Amino acid sequence: MEKAIKRYFPIFVLPTFVAFIFGFIAPFVMGIYLSFCKFTTVTDAKFIGFDNYLKVFTDETFLHALWYTAAFTVVSVVLINVLAFAVAWFLTKGIRGTNIFRTVFFMPNLIGGIILGYIWQLLLNGILLQFDRTLTYSSVYGFWGLVILMCWQQVGYMMIIYIAGIQNIPGELIEAAKIDGANSRQILRRVTLPMIMPSITICTFLTLTNSFKLFDQNLALTNGEPSNMSEMLALNIFNTFYGRTGWEGVGQAKAVIFFILVALIALTQNWLTRRKEVQQ
Amino acid sequence: MKKEKYSESSRKSKHGGILTVIFTLLSIAYMFPIFLVVINSFKKKAYISRRPFEIPTGKMFVELENYIKGIERTGFFEAFGVSLFVTVFSVLVIVICTSMCAWYITRVKNSVTKGIYYLCLFSMIVPFQMVMFTLSKLANMMHLGNPVGLIFVYLGFGAGLAVFMFCGFCKSIPLEIEEAAMMDGCNPLQTFFRIVLPIMKPTCITVAILQTMWIWNDYLLPYLVLDIKKYKTIPIAVQYLKGGYGSVDMGAMMGVLVLSIIPIIVFYLFCQKYIIEGVVAGAVKG
Repeated sequence: MEKAIKRYFPIFVLPTFVAFIFGFIAPFVMGIYLSFCKFTTVTDAKFIGFDNYLKVFTDETFLHALWYTAAFTVVSVVLINVLAFAVAWFLTKGIRGTNIFRTVFFMPNLIGGIILGYIWQLLLNGILLQFDRTLTYSSVYGFWGLVILMCWQQVGYMMIIYIAGIQNIPGELIEAAKIDGANSRQILRRVTLPMIMPSITICTFLTLTNSFKLFDQNLALTNGEPSNMSEMLALNIFNTFYGRTGWEGVGQAKAVIFFILVALIALTQNWLTRRKEVQQ
Repeated sequence: MKKEKYSESSRKSKHGGILTVIFTLLSIAYMFPIFLVVINSFKKKAYISRRPFEIPTGKMFVELENYIKGIERTGFFEAFGVSLFVTVFSVLVIVICTSMCAWYITRVKNSVTKGIYYLCLFSMIVPFQMVMFTLSKLANMMHLGNPVGLIFVYLGFGAGLAVFMFCGFCKSIPLEIEEAAMMDGCNPLQTFFRIVLPIMKPTCITVAILQTMWIWNDYLLPYLVLDIKKYKTIPIAVQYLKGGYGSVDMGAMMGVLVLSIIPIIVFYLFCQKYIIEGVVAGAVKG
């Protein structure tokens, strides 16, 4: 059978493969190469070694964005997962109206980041108006504004995954724990949490990468104001490429560093939480 | 893993009533930002920033003026058309092409197919910023700045996740079914479209849902690839309202925001079951 299929390579694989080369592999390889070059368009590249990387680490906006992104990621990952798990926990207790609540909490996920950003800009500026401030008054407001926005958007998505995890726990495990005299807090800690470790792995992975790579919401909510102080990494890279002429190479070097950071975070997180998963 | 579920009735908690009340209030609070935008979309633009929490009455109320202005300034219906076209066809192309590719690379084992599989896996952890500049320049050089070109770019950039998910499912399909089809004289194309694709339907739905949520809301990729003087998607149109004019017309902005949310809510209410199942299935495999 394999032989019969093999001849069909051009039909089955080629369309995807050509698009994949064009849409991913070629830009990726070129990107790596260009991060060592000085250029304004991709055709006039001149090799200059590690100069771009040196510039990246002396660029204060980048270092600030890195720190800001890291803080944002930690805060939002913890908040989103705790809230999502709490909501999932209550919504699996069989209370009346569970389906409607689930529908409502999931909804913001489908709205795009740009639109969400402007919705929250209106609401948060309206609240801050009572204190004669705006979102762009200080980067602290931008920070918590983004955290609230991200929680609002992502809690529903993670809640769905946690609900599926909780519902998949075999009923007799809980029953056995009850017969052994465990109270509900003990059941939560000793049975439910270890059993939903795979869901925790996935949800922390998704929230980590989503928060670290956040762009649209950042652009719409504050656009880095005041003076780049609420700028996250992705937006910083974008502004380096398209906001400063002559800095394209530095932008590309930033992008390579950004990619390495994302890959490192993803792999470490996966390794850490997978170790804690129990056999079912 | 056993699939036995909690029976909902046996777990009914004694605080059920109070919890229902609390969650009802929470749900209302959760929807508040959207209500707020709807309320403000009927308000005169001068009042939106200064009195966002007031119900538009009397001289604040402007009927549909904000909507009309918003539609005119952004070309909203054209943007809606472009978004719809790009999303529907990208998702279709992605589902068909990547499922074919995934089936081939799980059935034919050699170094090339293995290489493709690992490249797809690898591409999933690469952030868009990494390829952003080079991809947009390449697309410009190849004149892909139109909706059809954008579909091609989406196929390339979205292939990684889709191929990975289809591969996971292909491995679980018993070979005997396909062998039987081949014995009966099906060529690989017929085997795929008549036997394999129908079996893969649940995965197709999952992939389609995840890709739809991504492509419909994507801002940066179309912004960089499309010739935005000619074509705008909805997120680009919304952002354009901010960038295109010195001070933002909050009225038009509110109108466009409401118009952008309506199709999403309609889609969600009709396909809710599939969306939630798709998210769960996608999470287990991702």
